[in-house]
Amino acid sequence: MGHITIDPITRIEGHLKVEAQVENGVVKDAKSSGTMFRGIELILQGRDPRDAQRITQRICGVCPTSHSIAATLNLDSAFGLADRIPDNGRVLRNLILGAAHLADHILQFYHLVALDYVDVAAVAKYDGNNSALNSVKAFIERGELAPFVPRYEGDYRLPQALNIELAGHYVQALTVRRKGQEMLSIFGGKMPHNMAVVPGGVTEVPTIDKIASFLWRLNEIKDFIDNVYLPDVVTVAKHYGDYFEIGRGCGNLLSFGNYELDGKNPDYAKRERLLKQGTVSADLKLGTLDSNKIAEYVKSSWYDDSTNGLKPAKGETKPKEDKAGAYSWVKAPRYDGKVYEVGPLARIMASYLAGQPAVKLLVDPALNAFNAKPGVMFSVLGRILARVLSAKVIADSMAGWLLQLKPGEPVYQPYEIPEESTGMGLVDAARGALGHWVEVKNKRISRYQCVVPSTWNMSPRDDKGQPGPLEQALIGTKVKDEANPFELVRIVRSFDPCLACAIHLVTPKGRSLGQFRVC
Amino acid sequence: MAKSKTQEYPVIWLQGATCTGCSVSVLNSVSPTIKNVLVDEVVPGKHVNLRYQATVMAAAGDMAIHALEDTWRKFKGGYVLVVEGAIPTRANGAYGSIGERNGVPVPVAERVEKLGRDALAVIALGTCAAYGGIAAAAPNPAKCVGVSELFQTKGITTPLVNIPGCPPHPDWFVGTVASVLILGLPKPSDLDEFGRPKAFYGKLVHENCQRRAYYDEKKFAKHLSDEGCLYELGCKGPVNHADCPVRLWNHGVNWCVGCGGLCIGCTSPGFPDLVSPMYEKTPDVSLPNIGAK
Repeated sequence: MGHITIDPITRIEGHLKVEAQVENGVVKDAKSSGTMFRGIELILQGRDPRDAQRITQRICGVCPTSHSIAATLNLDSAFGLADRIPDNGRVLRNLILGAAHLADHILQFYHLVALDYVDVAAVAKYDGNNSALNSVKAFIERGELAPFVPRYEGDYRLPQALNIELAGHYVQALTVRRKGQEMLSIFGGKMPHNMAVVPGGVTEVPTIDKIASFLWRLNEIKDFIDNVYLPDVVTVAKHYGDYFEIGRGCGNLLSFGNYELDGKNPDYAKRERLLKQGTVSADLKLGTLDSNKIAEYVKSSWYDDSTNGLKPAKGETKPKEDKAGAYSWVKAPRYDGKVYEVGPLARIMASYLAGQPAVKLLVDPALNAFNAKPGVMFSVLGRILARVLSAKVIADSMAGWLLQLKPGEPVYQPYEIPEESTGMGLVDAARGALGHWVEVKNKRISRYQCVVPSTWNMSPRDDKGQPGPLEQALIGTKVKDEANPFELVRIVRSFDPCLACAIHLVTPKGRSLGQFRVC
Repeated sequence: MAKSKTQEYPVIWLQGATCTGCSVSVLNSVSPTIKNVLVDEVVPGKHVNLRYQATVMAAAGDMAIHALEDTWRKFKGGYVLVVEGAIPTRANGAYGSIGERNGVPVPVAERVEKLGRDALAVIALGTCAAYGGIAAAAPNPAKCVGVSELFQTKGITTPLVNIPGCPPHPDWFVGTVASVLILGLPKPSDLDEFGRPKAFYGKLVHENCQRRAYYDEKKFAKHLSDEGCLYELGCKGPVNHADCPVRLWNHGVNWCVGCGGLCIGCTSPGFPDLVSPMYEKTPDVSLPNIGAK
């Protein structure tokens, strides 16, 4: 029996280790471990609640914008503002989040995933006038190939010409994703870590020149998605078709939805969204989300067992780095006691099953192109496909939102911080369902809890022994060459892990930060 | 031919207790672009040979760790170490590791110590690596420290440049790298008392702020999104050193105060605790040539 340890998993966000027990070329058991711990929620306790807006973005520099939206919905609800955000503010938040997700999805496919399928070294044989490709060729000829070599060898299948074409798109995508961040900053101030999204709305007032500047960056990105990103995903899928069968996972999907199209219903659960909220079962049944069914388990995580099975609103975590039997800093969130996967796949499938026309119009032809049924979406390629479709739906919707902005009208609703309150903010981040919960006492944070996408997806076993979604996706995989386990890293990266997000904790009760203001 | 003429500068980029925002910010570099930095001679005849960077590199697992350790063995005293993120020290570094040796996780602190000791120079990229930053905010659950504090504890004297910011502006990093390639290691007089290049951190945000005239006229915003100086809403521009107001962010489209947000003092040692609460007015500061009293 072979044992494969991949530590670190690179081309993801954060610190992740994967271990696999291989018997007769098949993965019999798998463990995913988060190997870094910071404790952002413990840091939040005792602070001014408004600072959570800024500090929680620093949970993750890849997806800070999603944290800013979850934090702001959370604080809006805690401050009694949920139904009072001016429409301008809601639309600007959608545009800011959309810009982040476009840049993020493009980065994930080209810069984190593509090197597993595209042989960049093919550019050595390039003969033509594309200056980007010629500079890559010159780089290869100099003979120092880091950081693109070494790599797992043995399964690069694209023909030479396509390898070269997609390598060129890797370079082009560096610029396109950067423009996505620039687009975000027009309204968000800067990236990473925007300054404009705040409880009450946003701080940036839209003007016509900013709207136009945003629109033309959007058009460029939309053009790239339609004419480069989507066709490239199809190219990869055609040559690696067996990955529609590999990395199936747990079969349950959960989406919080995103892009609120109505900001006036105080009940977040009832709001209209571009991408839908809900659960999806392996037999493709759509269920209504009940956030009360979420709880976190810590039997296999380095936290004290006294905190097992708590709901996030009452979440409590005590790190215990020497706990016997534990193997990860990631906790195990479960929905109704069961294992659920989150991500673009979940929100695309929830929207598809809810009959959202914009999504159906994309998913049906994509499946027809591969002569496939919706069930194949539970796979490595399904996740990659769902991600590009998610990017396309957002890009197609954003120009319309831009035109809803009303220059000169309010973007922000002033408020008072209540003495005591609680809040909840749920949104689908680029990587999936993201929830923030807050408890305010004496106008200070007494408890803050985040349950983030990679906590769901990279979770270890829970107290019933159920492996997490990634672990389940790895188990049963055939490994051709244990020295080059490319199958395993392809499965891992299809989930788009983000470990800085996944590892966090709430404070042990009764701790106080005391006096920290110095200035 | 070209092969023999290009001088390679090996770089190891380690990530400790970080959000990866510093890496993402450097990806946003405009001139040079990140492609120029990785692939081209970023300065004529000189190429940054990024041998270990977990966010972009093709290799994973042992293969990646081998690239890391191989660089250390081959280029002792000749590679540049970039550290992103703080260094967890609680429980002998159990709160953060990078790869394994003989099946045992290797703490970030051990990696930074070993690689830092034998580096040509170290760049502490971002406020976490420079001073502890967000990761070291009270109550500092993982007992995080910045590179300079770790080096002091371990008696390491390798030249160190701090490029704080949450995240740092890509120009601050790329500019520092270019300066090392063109002029060599920075002289002590090039750095301020907190180890930051004076070229980027020499002035207060407040000195060049686009809303400075409002401050001088005592026109203060009452609420976020209002016109006016943001000082009374908590802006830390009067105590924070960085050239954001003149450099601007993300290809010059905007910056924190430009969007009506505040300067939250992210390049300061002690960020975030010493500049919190962020949305409360800073106690009145008296600085030469600042403010019409």
